[in-house]
Amino acid sequence: MKLVYETSTKDHKGLQLPKCDLNYELDDKYKRKEKLNLPELSEVEVVRHYTALSKETYSVDDGIYPLGSCTMKYNPKLNEEVASFEGFSQVHPLQDVSTVQGCLQALDLAKKYVCTITGMDNASFQPAAGAHGEFTCMMMIKKYHEERNDTKRKKIIIPDSAHGTNPASATMCGFETVTIKSENGIVSMEELNKVLSDEIAGIMLTNPNTLGLYEKEILNITKAVHDCGGLAYYDGANLNAVMGISRPGEMGFDCLHLNLHKTFSTPHGGGGPGSGAICCNKKLEKYLPNPIIKNEEGIYTFENIDSSIGKVKDFYGNFTVVLKALTYMLRLGNNGIRETSENAVLNANYIMNGIKDLYDVAIDEVCMHEFVLDLSRFKKETGFSALDVSKRLIDYGIHPPTMYFPLIVKEALMIEPTETESKETLDMVIDIFRKIHEEAYSKSVDLTKAPLNTKYGRMDEVTSARNPRLKYGD
Amino acid sequence: MDELKNVLFTKTHEWVKIEGEIAYVGLSDYAQSQMGDIVFINLEEDDYEVGDTIGDVESVKSVSDIYSPFTGTIVEINSVIFDDPGAINRDPYGTWLCKYENVSDKEEFLTLEEYEEIIKE
Repeated sequence: MKLVYETSTKDHKGLQLPKCDLNYELDDKYKRKEKLNLPELSEVEVVRHYTALSKETYSVDDGIYPLGSCTMKYNPKLNEEVASFEGFSQVHPLQDVSTVQGCLQALDLAKKYVCTITGMDNASFQPAAGAHGEFTCMMMIKKYHEERNDTKRKKIIIPDSAHGTNPASATMCGFETVTIKSENGIVSMEELNKVLSDEIAGIMLTNPNTLGLYEKEILNITKAVHDCGGLAYYDGANLNAVMGISRPGEMGFDCLHLNLHKTFSTPHGGGGPGSGAICCNKKLEKYLPNPIIKNEEGIYTFENIDSSIGKVKDFYGNFTVVLKALTYMLRLGNNGIRETSENAVLNANYIMNGIKDLYDVAIDEVCMHEFVLDLSRFKKETGFSALDVSKRLIDYGIHPPTMYFPLIVKEALMIEPTETESKETLDMVIDIFRKIHEEAYSKSVDLTKAPLNTKYGRMDEVTSARNPRLKYGD
Repeated sequence: MDELKNVLFTKTHEWVKIEGEIAYVGLSDYAQSQMGDIVFINLEEDDYEVGDTIGDVESVKSVSDIYSPFTGTIVEINSVIFDDPGAINRDPYGTWLCKYENVSDKEEFLTLEEYEEIIKE
């Protein structure tokens, strides 16, 4: 399809701005030297352009989106309705707090709920994304050690089955990362004990980990890290597997982040906006980003605390995203929260058991909310790769799973159906995987050419990565 | 297999070739085949110790670290790999990444046969 620049026609206009009635001349140094190269379109042309564009994409409103580690669940439309209530959508962050008590009450209620779900004492909704939440937790851990003058703690332990963003967040915060190898897919206490010392600031643990496995030694892990003086951070990106069943606070963790745009059904991908809410226990709450919500006899205020790490985002984070997550939690209630995780785990096991006689599972045991296939035998026997299978899935109208992650599995396909898919959809996914397996072994379809039935065929990812054209006219 | 004469390997899939005072480092054929099409290499001339990360290599699939097999100085980086990173995929043993001098220490290397045993699994 055409780029918006290519549909531009001179003098087409979408709106007319009133003439500026201010008598003010900008200083020359602030004036643009070249004319802005903007396309010229009428309102209907803009609408048609974006409608056409939206038809060429795929979202969870089109069908299943089993992108492992991303929890692409359906986002209930009720969330949007509540977030667009006038009292929420027509307020300004600089308004006096006495006029937005309802908004603060909503934030405080959401805080109470996420603390209940995670077993933590306090929370902040300021971070705008999951990795931003990780980074914020790392800053709090750093400040904790600094305030105790425990300055030689410069290392953060990260298992090789952790989320890929963990090492980046720790490094950005000035820590040195120490990777420990997993054994049979989970953290090995032996490997952990080898690296424990008085230089350890803490551990970043993803649970369930990226192989979709529950860390069996979790209580021993947090204990060992605490015993050496470190703190324990829980990567809550996979919380969808354990909500209402087990709580990171009771596992011994000191802080964690949640992806409201994963577990709590707020929009995800394509700019979100996301929310990487963080929760912590008493040890760390005085370092939470400013401002903190206070509730004194029913009057809500924002308060800045001196010991805080400071702000990590303007104002109070992505407020309407929190509202959507709050709507989701209120709607599900206690039992619904638990059932959500139970169904997420059941659905993943259902697909896994429907295809594991044909495809190898990386670690063949009961999985949590996701599982990882290892297609290295498949590749050896057929010549087709995990990439080829992924591309063929597009032909059958479903979004491919996460590929080549985690790195500890070769030819990895990481499948996370989420709880929002019906048994019929799961059966369809199983049928498609089985059909592709048959195509590969019978060589009836050249999977290296897939997708074959889409408007655009296999993209040349190598050329686009080596010689990207990043702007119109290049 | 002439090109593999005098070539030794690391467990982290680099190859090394020592010629007198100079040592060359590259990526093994197995490494390039596992990574797939390489699109970008990040390497810097500097002093390194055995096991240090000297840079990383980005393919369409992933980004992997490259580790220093020597304690010494990287005095030159093969300019070919910046202009045409695909050369590593086409000719892994003919395309060295960097050149070391002042080598004072090295890790325990594997022979071709030992290395092939490791990657066979």
